[in-house]
Amino acid sequence: RDIFINNEWHNSVSGKKFPVFNPATEEKICEVEEGDKEDIDKAVKAARQAFQIGSPWRTMNASERGRLIYKLADLIERDRLLLATMESINGGKLFSNSYTLDLGGCVATLRYCAAYLSTNDCVFYFPDGNFFGYTRHEPIGVCGQIIPWNFPLFMFIWKIGPALCCGNTVVVKPAEQTPLTALHVASLIQEAGFPPGVVNIVPGYGPTAGAAISSHMDIDKVAFTGSTEVGKMIKEAAGKSNLKRVTLELGGKSPFIVFADSDLDSAVEVAHQALFYHQGQCCIAASRLFVEESIYDEFVRRSVERAKKYVLGNPLTPGVSQGPQIDKKQYEKILDLIESGKKEGAKLECGGGPWGNKGFFIQPTVFSNVTDEMRIAKEEIFGPVQQIMKFKSLDDVIKRANNTHYGLAAGIFTKDIDKAITVSSALQAGTVWVNCYSVVSPQCPFGGFKMSGNGRELGEYGLQEYTEVKMVTMKISQKNS
Amino acid sequence: EGRGVPGNTGGWPGSPGRAGDIFINNEWHESKSGKKFATYNPSTLEKICEVEEGDKLDVDKAVEAAHAAFQRGSPWRRLDALGRGWLLHQLADLVERDRAILATLETMDTGKPFLHAFFIDLEGCIKTLRYFAGWADKIQGRTIPTDDNVVCFTRHEPIGVCGAITPWNFPLLMLVWKLAPALCCGNTIVVKPAEQTPLTALYLGSLIKEVGFPPGVVNIVPGFGPTVGAAISSHPHISKIAFTGSTEVGKLVKEAASRSNLKRVTLELGGKNPCIVCADADLDLAVECAHQGVFFNQGQCCTAASRVFVEEQIYPEFVRRSVEYAKKRPIGDPFDIRTEQGPQIDQKQFDKILDLIESGKKEGAKLECGGSAMEDRGLFIKPTVFSEVTDTMRIAKEEIFGPVQPILKFKNIEEVIKRANSLEYGLTAAVFTKNLDKALKLASALESGTVWINCYNAIYAQAPFGGFKMSGNGREL
Repeated sequence: RDIFINNEWHNSVSGKKFPVFNPATEEKICEVEEGDKEDIDKAVKAARQAFQIGSPWRTMNASERGRLIYKLADLIERDRLLLATMESINGGKLFSNSYTLDLGGCVATLRYCAAYLSTNDCVFYFPDGNFFGYTRHEPIGVCGQIIPWNFPLFMFIWKIGPALCCGNTVVVKPAEQTPLTALHVASLIQEAGFPPGVVNIVPGYGPTAGAAISSHMDIDKVAFTGSTEVGKMIKEAAGKSNLKRVTLELGGKSPFIVFADSDLDSAVEVAHQALFYHQGQCCIAASRLFVEESIYDEFVRRSVERAKKYVLGNPLTPGVSQGPQIDKKQYEKILDLIESGKKEGAKLECGGGPWGNKGFFIQPTVFSNVTDEMRIAKEEIFGPVQQIMKFKSLDDVIKRANNTHYGLAAGIFTKDIDKAITVSSALQAGTVWVNCYSVVSPQCPFGGFKMSGNGRELGEYGLQEYTEVKMVTMKISQKNS
Repeated sequence: EGRGVPGNTGGWPGSPGRAGDIFINNEWHESKSGKKFATYNPSTLEKICEVEEGDKLDVDKAVEAAHAAFQRGSPWRRLDALGRGWLLHQLADLVERDRAILATLETMDTGKPFLHAFFIDLEGCIKTLRYFAGWADKIQGRTIPTDDNVVCFTRHEPIGVCGAITPWNFPLLMLVWKLAPALCCGNTIVVKPAEQTPLTALYLGSLIKEVGFPPGVVNIVPGFGPTVGAAISSHPHISKIAFTGSTEVGKLVKEAASRSNLKRVTLELGGKNPCIVCADADLDLAVECAHQGVFFNQGQCCTAASRVFVEEQIYPEFVRRSVEYAKKRPIGDPFDIRTEQGPQIDQKQFDKILDLIESGKKEGAKLECGGSAMEDRGLFIKPTVFSEVTDTMRIAKEEIFGPVQPILKFKNIEEVIKRANSLEYGLTAAVFTKNLDKALKLASALESGTVWINCYNAIYAQAPFGGFKMSGNGREL
């Protein structure tokens, strides 16, 4: 029984189940109850009940909420090995990455959120006239949260951490490809002692359970991480239904700009990780690599050398450095984009096709002499395919880097301070990394410009997105400053 | 007629040197289609003048100008933050200089009493401009202590080209609410004023040019919702849209934003705001505040106190005093300084209000006074009070936007909290009580973006304003 509502486990209302696979072997791991609209309705009812004024959750001291979130962090740390293994098997993720980065990130994020509570001040206002005014930063209410498959547990924590910290209740739909770690954490939520109904989890599909969340008349906010295409549908459904608040973390085609004066070895390695990490399945993947003309050829040579060093295989096996893509649909989409690169005239430096006879493996692929109008330079690939492009001038590369409707992240490699500040200020991206990449930390707000998203997650800014501001203005007989 | 007025550089439609009414790049243009539309004085029902009617092509031109003004390296982008603030201060000065003209234009175009336009609307405009002028060089990012050997800081950048769609109930004030914060933060803007009330927005255009904002920073395209408004909501090069108006249209705006380019959306929509009067309240204060709260601006406020909940013990006395107030409310020519209530904005609103009044009668509320239009007076409606109103009646659920006060009865705090929160709206609420515990409890429990305690319509540039639930998304001020 896999639908978690009111701290209890339920079967799906329809009785349906769906299979969950291991992308390295294509074998079925198990079956999971398949939630649909009726299950979402049940979950929302529970979440709404838990949110009532006077409920255990609403009357709980903020410090106690923080203590529960800390406890959850401790329990995740206790079960770190189990969760990392589950995440590797279900997500095709290298075990070493699951254990250190995903699980490490989960624990750090929860601890950040837990401590935020004692620092969340309200502000006193000084309206004209004899009034006393203050704002309350209230929880929004019932939040629907839709999680992706690329960092299943980590993205789950990014969503529930801030929401719970600010006093909301949640209804979560994990990705249908990767529901397992969320379900295990549900049992930890129960063990930590969160009141029933505060966290509810309904596994299922986008068009059914996901759509039910976006258009639910009793959900006050929806938070989604996934593709830009689906993000638009979610915001539209939110507008059509009850104007629920919307935050979106969507796709990217992030530029990585290497100037001739950078530390070349460092730039090559960081650019490489920035693209190939987790088989290229990151929203921040540095999938447009702009290299200054004078160092271009050497950069390409070293990047190809680096890409050829991969050992593909089962992500649980030590020594394996690249796992499979998540499923057939992604696998086929990436291969199609690789073909387009070849057809449209990019130079295939290495890789360029599938690997192995089982599992969704693709060879690490590098294209050089890529130009801006090619599909591989414009569309999000979400696979192990690196595009290396040439640039001449600073103004030119800024224009080209910004010439996309995405705007999630960007990287700049240079030793020159003026270049660093000029370019980082000019790039239309929610995060700009200078001489580094993928530095993601719970203290830092993360989110997209333009069509890479709406709103921010984490950091003080992200936590504000989980509050609704109420201004209280009281008449007093005489004001003194 | 606008000529010979000190400092005026083409504020009136038809002024010398003014080639049209569409303000783009600090110049006046005719509409691409050649069409015009009329704007009326709702008090006399006469046409004031004709105004160029913008459409999608004019919006495209405006967005192009706003986009160019926002380019990296442009005069606006390179201006010091303090410089932006200084321009806003100067705009406040010019609005103050031309206060009487603007108040007159506003009164002619909306039917609101001249003294309200002069002392409330214009006062709010000047103060709001000055408040945001002061913020311009205080938009600060943060340095953040992250792990590892990195320096991490945030920049609070302008979003880009912002679209603003403003309503007809406080035309100039709502325009300033949109313009001031947007410009303060370094954005450029394309505005569509309400088709019923474009005049003060157009006058402001001439002041913006006079102050010396760079061309393209502010652009104004008068026109209608389904044409200009829709073009703004779905424009691929507008990065944010801010809309004040009905919840129904707010939903369309958010949908269009989603379908086009996921532009950021803030909405200030309708309300059905509870005004809760406890038995221990200062009764005179409560009656007066509740009265002004619902009847101000002919009832045409998103903050209108359109559900007055009165505790049982004081109910009959409260109703009696409210009726007395309502019967005394001076209705008449907005330019008469004794007038407190002018006409409704147009026939459509007028008809809708009368329909809701009829529903009140039919559904069994007790009509205490008013209840119909003024005879032979165009769009004027008598101040109307209903008592014995219950929650299921249309007048207790639907936004009326007219001079109609429904008074409901309640027994205890728990009950009134539930009833007050039972609608999809959540803009404002008011509480009248002398008891500290009741005041704070109600303030916490009411699902409203603003809660007033022992006062009403206490709205200031310093205080964030906006709705819970379907009364809006986001905050202004």
